[in-house]
Amino acid sequence: MFNEMFSYAFMVRATIAILLISPLFGMVGTMIVQKRMAYFSDALGHSALTGIAAGVIMGIGNTTVSMIIFGICFALLLNYISRKGLSSSDTLISVFASCATALGLAILSRGGSFANYSAILVGDILSITYTEIIELIILFGIILLFWCFSINRLTAISIHATLAKSRSISVRIMEDAFAVLIALLVMLSIKWVGILLINALLILPAASSRNISDNFREYTYFSIIFSIFSGIVGLFVSYFTDMATGPMIVIIASVIYFATYIYGKDR
Amino acid sequence: MKKIIPCGFHCIKIKDLGVSFGDQQVLENINLHIHCGQISAVIGRNGAGKSTFVRAILDEVPHTGEILFKNKMDNTIQGLRIGYVPQTVNIDRTTPLSVYDMFQSFTGKLPILVKTKKEHDHVKEALAEFDVEHLIDQPVGTLSGGQLQRVLLAMAVHDTPNLLLLDEPVSGIDKNGMDAFYEKMQYLKETHDLAIILVSHDLDYVYKYADNVILIDKTVTAAGKPKHVFESDAFKNVFGKGATGEVEVSANV
Repeated sequence: MFNEMFSYAFMVRATIAILLISPLFGMVGTMIVQKRMAYFSDALGHSALTGIAAGVIMGIGNTTVSMIIFGICFALLLNYISRKGLSSSDTLISVFASCATALGLAILSRGGSFANYSAILVGDILSITYTEIIELIILFGIILLFWCFSINRLTAISIHATLAKSRSISVRIMEDAFAVLIALLVMLSIKWVGILLINALLILPAASSRNISDNFREYTYFSIIFSIFSGIVGLFVSYFTDMATGPMIVIIASVIYFATYIYGKDR
Repeated sequence: MKKIIPCGFHCIKIKDLGVSFGDQQVLENINLHIHCGQISAVIGRNGAGKSTFVRAILDEVPHTGEILFKNKMDNTIQGLRIGYVPQTVNIDRTTPLSVYDMFQSFTGKLPILVKTKKEHDHVKEALAEFDVEHLIDQPVGTLSGGQLQRVLLAMAVHDTPNLLLLDEPVSGIDKNGMDAFYEKMQYLKETHDLAIILVSHDLDYVYKYADNVILIDKTVTAAGKPKHVFESDAFKNVFGKGATGEVEVSANV
């Protein structure tokens, strides 16, 4: 059964891609949940459309590049505006996300051509190429390094920013660096996961892990395990049932969430 | 615990400190000398600028004037290390952070993704000074107010600050906890070479334990020994005469 599945090169590539992306989602998701940034990452996902649109307008052939550049600018802009504190940040993020989405949709639908881009909504992991897998390996390395270097500081900031600052942690730089990191992860994986589901994959494993963890190590490692498990099982189930991969992964991640919720409630 | 006698030669000078938000002048002309080995209590009515004063010392809000840390032995100016204890930290019950994780995230280099026996023992030792070493593996969200405060204190004095800055740290703590807290302050000032600035509402404790009292109402309206400040007109204007009476009764007990 599995022999047959792996005789298809696209299934091998998809499996490798999931083994690379899902642990990153599990890991980065822990801090997104801890810092209550779910809205932020969702907005970033939606801004991918605008990034593609910007690339199309400027005639950049590789829309991944324009997505990444736009994503980083968008993330830093959101941070900047949130810091000004003029309005509550969830409202602001909502406004900017809707604006970016609308702009992207408007531009991409010009001349009725949106169908060319609709794949980005649900993503297609089966179409990944080896060059793109190399990109993911580099991303994997970058995020892992960043994580070891800054996890303590990010955690400290999430507990109490002023207290962190009094211990000479540069709060602004860390927050911006983390936002850029989320932008990189989202933009480099959105083609495979899809705009509609990417936030679910970032949030669900960490949220599930939070239901049952007492310390940060449990939190991180359970989240990574849940993420890889739902990724791989989701891929296999989608292969055998002939359904889209992304939604199947999210369904499995949701089941894990409800299971941990029920289990963790009695703690 | 190694005993360090406060030398009395370090002095924190606050010169002409002022803070304004837009057009509104919140603090102005604050001039103070804070000596190591002393507890200076900051009191004042609500909205008098006590918390802004703390935030200015922490450099959290833009301010005019300067804060110097001076060694009177050789008249050199040094960088001021501040151990800060916030009013509260908002951690909900389900946050997956143990006391070890919180301590290590603020003070340690080893990523909290791993835990070594050496680091664990190190944190435990620091917690032991405040009698909370048994809480090391407990989730932070499940601690009581008093326990959390002790952990925060242990974090604040962990790398020998010159100034311990506490912003109303005893809110939500019962009387036993208050006594224990102020005795701990007394102990800290006697055993560590640091100055303590404490924002407080508890006038009778301030009267009993503080070496200096600073009454703030936009600027310093009275400062000096507790008795001196508590008998000043400025104090009576803010807290009324009743407060002084109460304080004297409890101070005599």
